[in-house]
Amino acid sequence: MSERVDARLETADEAKNEHAEFGYVADAVEHIEGRKFNIDTVKHAEETPDTPLPWAELGLKEDEYNRVVEILGRRPTAAELAMYSVMWSEHCSYKSSKVHLRQFGEKVTEDMKKHLMVGIGENAGVVDIGDGWAVTYKIESHNHPSFVEPYQGAATGVGGIVRDIISMGARPVAVMDPLRFGAIDHPDTARLVHGIVAGIGGYGNSLGLPNIGGEVVFDSVYQGNPLVNALAVGVMRHEDIRLANASGVGNKVVLFGARTGGDGIGGASVLASESFEDDGKPAKRPAVQVGDPFAEKVLIECCLELFKSSVVEGIQDLGAAGISCATSELASNGDGGMHVELTSVLLRDPSLTPGEILMSESQERMMAVVTPENVAAFEAIMEKWNVEFSWLGEVTDTGRLIIEWDGEKIVDVDPRTVAHEGPVYDRPYHRPEWLDGVQADTFNSSSAERPASREELKAAVLELMASPNMCSKDWVTNQYDRYVQGNTALAMPDDAGVIRVDEETGLGVAVSTDANGRYTYLDPYQGAQLALAESYRNVATTGAVPMAVSDCLNFGSPEDPEVMWQFAEAVRGLADGCQELGIPVTGGNVSLYNQTGGVAIHPTPVVGVLGRFDDVARRTPSGWREDGQAIYLMGVTKDELDGSEWANLRGHLGGKPPALDLAAEKLLGELLINASRDGMIDAAHDLSEGGLAATLSDMALRFGVGARIGLGEVCERDGVDLFTALFSESQARAVVSVARSEEVRFKDMCSARGFAHIRIGVVDTENQALDFQDQFSLPLAELKEAHEGTLPKYFA
Amino acid sequence: MPRIVVDVMPKPEILDPQGKAIAGALKRLGQTGFSEVRQGKRFELTVDGEVTAEILEQARHAATTLLSNPVIEDVTRVEVIVEATIGAGE
Repeated sequence: MSERVDARLETADEAKNEHAEFGYVADAVEHIEGRKFNIDTVKHAEETPDTPLPWAELGLKEDEYNRVVEILGRRPTAAELAMYSVMWSEHCSYKSSKVHLRQFGEKVTEDMKKHLMVGIGENAGVVDIGDGWAVTYKIESHNHPSFVEPYQGAATGVGGIVRDIISMGARPVAVMDPLRFGAIDHPDTARLVHGIVAGIGGYGNSLGLPNIGGEVVFDSVYQGNPLVNALAVGVMRHEDIRLANASGVGNKVVLFGARTGGDGIGGASVLASESFEDDGKPAKRPAVQVGDPFAEKVLIECCLELFKSSVVEGIQDLGAAGISCATSELASNGDGGMHVELTSVLLRDPSLTPGEILMSESQERMMAVVTPENVAAFEAIMEKWNVEFSWLGEVTDTGRLIIEWDGEKIVDVDPRTVAHEGPVYDRPYHRPEWLDGVQADTFNSSSAERPASREELKAAVLELMASPNMCSKDWVTNQYDRYVQGNTALAMPDDAGVIRVDEETGLGVAVSTDANGRYTYLDPYQGAQLALAESYRNVATTGAVPMAVSDCLNFGSPEDPEVMWQFAEAVRGLADGCQELGIPVTGGNVSLYNQTGGVAIHPTPVVGVLGRFDDVARRTPSGWREDGQAIYLMGVTKDELDGSEWANLRGHLGGKPPALDLAAEKLLGELLINASRDGMIDAAHDLSEGGLAATLSDMALRFGVGARIGLGEVCERDGVDLFTALFSESQARAVVSVARSEEVRFKDMCSARGFAHIRIGVVDTENQALDFQDQFSLPLAELKEAHEGTLPKYFA
Repeated sequence: MPRIVVDVMPKPEILDPQGKAIAGALKRLGQTGFSEVRQGKRFELTVDGEVTAEILEQARHAATTLLSNPVIEDVTRVEVIVEATIGAGE
């Protein structure tokens, strides 16, 4: 027996030598007994005012650090420094974007707010959809973590946004993921695509949430900065809405869910070395977090039961900045004070220092406020779900957030200065000088040839539909559950994801996310509005009434005045656009510093519009099915190829994005919604990237049904050639299929509202082709092969 | 034929959901002697012929680039095992 044990020890020693040889550090072998820190107490900080602190390494600027000293009237302790540095980071404080984001709250009318139950500033906005139902939804970015560790970065992005939804008192019902990668043929792209798509599927599928849509875009500008945005939708009854705040003096504060480990605190390692007395500690903390979707699933059910049985006053999710964020936000949103004993936090890694515990971004954790009477009931629910918890402290009215370590005070701050009164920058910005040159370089003035002959046009449509951005995204979306829970009425590849909320009445919601980085690059103000217009149009195309907006603003460095100008213009455009369309921004997220080597991504404001259905059974699918139905093009086509997908295929990016007419978008939306409600149309698909060529191809491929199309009248009426009619990206357009019996009614409706509409063809179930009469014929098999082959070619 | 064994463990500070689940199962089964479980993985790379320094170096390279994800995992062992010792060792 003893011999065998010895043998094993020897193997372990050999293994260690092996490591030494490799240069690995076997840091996990020893268990660290007890907690040997030089605790930097408030008293100690007062006594040692000149101790140098690693504020610069933690990302604070000198004037920001000086402000912390000024607020406290002394140097901060290591733990306080940890809190201020994470809470005053761009990510948590919105310090560069705040002055612009105010417009979302200012440019709103009373009418826009009438369905808004909870607005910007809470974990997620809440919209009243009628019958006592409310919907909460929000979009967030998880860009950088997904570049470092694609699987876990994308997975925890889903987990984080779902917890935002839970903390509002809602049951999460769906997720969506707009994704942007570098060039499809770049060697690093496959690593990111595989990891990110698998991570989203792995987490979302495990939670049992349908993934109902999103985007997949490839562009070399995202090579070093892929965009992984995650949106979640939750539903609740009006009376179940909960706001996270710590009110009621004497109420208990509890942390529950997963234990706290050293996740996501790579930057805090400098702090660790400050306060740790021996060197038995892992030299480097990982910057990534690992998620556990099964633990999150239990948290969802557990939180819903806590809300339902009214044993919690409020719940706050722990995301970026972990306990720092949760304690300071809960306290400043409530009665203003909180007293916490940090050694009560259950740890996965006993070597964590107080500063690290405060900064840790361990996943699947929640903080709640519970009245003393409900403590036993709370504990019973935790027992039932087998969720670990620890009581950390209580709510006070002192206006101070006090955190102690074994009874010694290590944090004594006004929580508002941490959570809400961080630095605000009105950063300088100016219009880039290069923009005039770029806008003057139109596609028509470029040397790119315009396909004209029948053969060229046919080849052009096939090339477009096989291109990375227009090809079928089935390879991605097939890895996600789209129909789990049985309430998905529409999902990719339809215009918007549609979820039934009330199984009795069919009441439901539609959500679409859209952005076009090229448009926004050419004109940030209008580009942002075009993203809004497309998202609005997509929701209306399914037949839902647009109600609210959530946005995820992905930009480069705010310290670059030209990037800052793009940001300022995009926000101004979005706020103006929302006001004109009459739908409010309910919340969202800003992701800055998306740039590598001084080169920023295209400004990418992702807009998610949410709409409501009286009955999702009335949804309009994006493909036609019935033989003989008339096909109508709604809207007017202009020569607008600048920034288009076709220009992109020819390597051209210049000119101005397509003209925008929000009044026309609104009118088109109303027509599509009415037509859906009255059963006039059986299929509808909006026109956006790739123009009419893409829309007709999508509609035919949706159910594998062909059509005969004639565009002669469109070309004549709008004064464009066939190539322009097919590839222009003019806005406020849609294609619908109308039953013969409804044609008169449909035409009368459009005429009465003065909206351009023209019959361009007829559905043909016999002929397995998209037949452009007198021009060319695209056999569906050929089109399908081109459309579906691209992603598998690169990634399967 | 000699084999090169590569052991990979999740980094100590990284959450290990599988290990956590196993720890929970052990407790439920009444096997209460363990406070924590962490689950790693073992690879066996078979070599035709002698393990040269070059082949070992290749294995080390594979260990850090393919067999492990250096962001969240550590390679804790890369070791040559000769056939005869495999049975005897355990």
